[in-house]
Amino acid sequence: MKINTLRRLFFIGCLFYYGIVCCQSKGMVFIEGSRYIPLYGRDSTVVEVKDFEMDIFPVTNAEFLKFIALNPQWQKSKVKKLFAEENYLNNWLNDHDLKSGVNLKSPVTYVSWFAAKAYCECMGKRLPTIDEWEYVAMADKELRDARVKKSYNQQILAWYETPKTYNNLIGENSKNVWGVYDLHGLVWEWTLDFNSVLISGESRKDVDKDSNLFCGSAAIGATDLMNYAAFMRYAFRGSIKARYAIKNLGFRCVKDVN
Amino acid sequence: MNHLITSFITVSFLKRPGVLLFIGVLLFSCANDEKKELASAIDIPVFQEMQAELTSPPKVPRPVGERKAKKLIVDMEILEKEGEMTNGVRYVYWTFGGTVPGSFIRTRVGDEVEFHLKNHPDNKLPHNIDLHAVTGPGGGAESSFVAPGHEKVFSFKVLNPGLYVYHCATAPVGMHIANGMYGLILVEPEGGLPLVDKEYYIMQGDFYTEGKNGERGLQPFDMQKAVNENADYVVFNGKVGALTGDNAITANVGETVRLFVGNGGPNLVSSFHVIGEIFDKVHIEGGNRINENVQTTLIPAGGAAIVEFKVDVPGTFILVDHSIFRAFNKGALGMLKVQGEKDKTIYSGELRDDIYLPEGGGIQSMPTTEEFVEAEVTAKTLAEQLKFGKQTYMQTCFACHQGEGQGVAGAFPPLSKSDYLNADVDRAIGVVLNGLTGEITVNGEKYNSVMTRQNLTDEEIANVLTYVYNSWDNSEQVVTPEMVNKVRSNSNL
Repeated sequence: MKINTLRRLFFIGCLFYYGIVCCQSKGMVFIEGSRYIPLYGRDSTVVEVKDFEMDIFPVTNAEFLKFIALNPQWQKSKVKKLFAEENYLNNWLNDHDLKSGVNLKSPVTYVSWFAAKAYCECMGKRLPTIDEWEYVAMADKELRDARVKKSYNQQILAWYETPKTYNNLIGENSKNVWGVYDLHGLVWEWTLDFNSVLISGESRKDVDKDSNLFCGSAAIGATDLMNYAAFMRYAFRGSIKARYAIKNLGFRCVKDVN
Repeated sequence: MNHLITSFITVSFLKRPGVLLFIGVLLFSCANDEKKELASAIDIPVFQEMQAELTSPPKVPRPVGERKAKKLIVDMEILEKEGEMTNGVRYVYWTFGGTVPGSFIRTRVGDEVEFHLKNHPDNKLPHNIDLHAVTGPGGGAESSFVAPGHEKVFSFKVLNPGLYVYHCATAPVGMHIANGMYGLILVEPEGGLPLVDKEYYIMQGDFYTEGKNGERGLQPFDMQKAVNENADYVVFNGKVGALTGDNAITANVGETVRLFVGNGGPNLVSSFHVIGEIFDKVHIEGGNRINENVQTTLIPAGGAAIVEFKVDVPGTFILVDHSIFRAFNKGALGMLKVQGEKDKTIYSGELRDDIYLPEGGGIQSMPTTEEFVEAEVTAKTLAEQLKFGKQTYMQTCFACHQGEGQGVAGAFPPLSKSDYLNADVDRAIGVVLNGLTGEITVNGEKYNSVMTRQNLTDEEIANVLTYVYNSWDNSEQVVTPEMVNKVRSNSNL
């Protein structure tokens, strides 16, 4: 009871501070749901994504600064070690300032999953699921599903081979057909169920859950062998834990559409 | 007394060999405290802790020698960084320790290795390590899967001596290996490998780039080529020229050289060979078995070999993958430069440069397997003679006398405006029929070379000579088959 009340107050506080009245979706775009086959579908088959809205840009340092100012429990100095490792906001000087060379308009990184989740919830949003994230991320400028295009994979891989992109500003990459920027080319992004591919043994029949993304099993489980850019995302997600704070890892939020 | 007791125990515990062994060892240690027989490498105790010396290729750490087994701390940092594949060609390598291949790890049997795998925060990707020297699931891969900005620690005891490959095993595995994530870990036996004068670390790898071999600029990895096993580069130590010129490995005459040679793959098997040397010893596949007097040793992808040889003469010895186009067209070439005194008994160097005359006496013929056949179509006009003659010329004469009959200065005399040719048609026919050796003067230049006898029919000779005489400002002489036949039948000409 008490906790619920606190939560409600916290939530209202967020709405108040951010001037969000209702379901206005400033800074978001509508994503029309559909069915598609991801790299690792549940049972390697089609998954369904419902309609939702997604942030156009990843969350920036500036936005996260504001959030932290109002939610001191997520400050660098106060955050619980259970929810964020020592690296948390490592490129921030203190609770209020960035280190020199770090830009306000760069994506916030060195954030844990807990912190990212709390941020989205405070905004009345949530983190996207892997299926949602991958669904939007398989679009390029022209197509909703550009995975078959050679240029699509090449661009993503070119990013994987470009060092220090976390220093770039949001919005410098071109937007995809949905109007979303920077899913590729800037930083990795947290997803709500980032670890589900690895720990839910039932998602890949015939393969016990020990055989994660090492060696052979990854190749066997994949439905789209050539989409090795996606392999790397799944491998990355498999390597992280919810309290990790990583230089290359930021996030954005989504929101359900009623 | 001891013997009696042992016999007794042998009988009573015959069906329980484990117990027998245990008691046997006990008895033995009572009798001789100095020497302890250990049942297996697992039981080797470790003394003290030591930081492992890691080296970049082609260097290797100091031999273990007589040291006891220790707890060995290995600090390995993973770096994704841009480097140069060959002149003007850039590539983003993923590395263990900043080099391709990764740092060399040297251990001895019984060491307990505490492995610290550090993924630099600037890196984009998670990585891990699978060491073939590890006895355990994934060779350590499961325990070492590490996100950027993190460090994983795991430990293992090295049980089997040998030379082992380590590599990254994170999906997509092939890509991580193709980008350079491999290296060698050596497990020396107790007491170490026999000491030698020089030791080097060499590892072959194949690379797949979007542009073809030599195409400049930053070249991304090409997955399709890798799947097709169509390598653009096959190199030693991560790049073209890592072991040539100033980077060549060196030795002095009389020294024994030991090469720790690995093959990271991802795809190709190496036929490792040193041109001008015979391996005195090869630890086949990096294991215990030693083969002697080996010319070329096969190194599987994900495998290694230790080769040893004494260098007896000075010079540059070329290291190659004897799948030879890889060496000369894709980069799999290194150099061992040996300095010191020559030994003419072992290798004389060039003594003479003679003309080779397999048939003796100045007459030569090209080897042929079949009797020549008369040309089916006979030239009926001068135009046809010229046409057929040109075909014969292009097949038979062109290589030496060249396209415009200009010859090659100092080697092959010209046919164009040739005084020697135009002076005597019968002589010319004779030369084509019988070949020509020795000094002649053509257009004022002296030539001392060999022209072999040509296996051509009378008609072909008539045609080709007519073609030559009617080209390049020559005398426009027409040669008939009858003229050729006349010369052929007259041995005095």
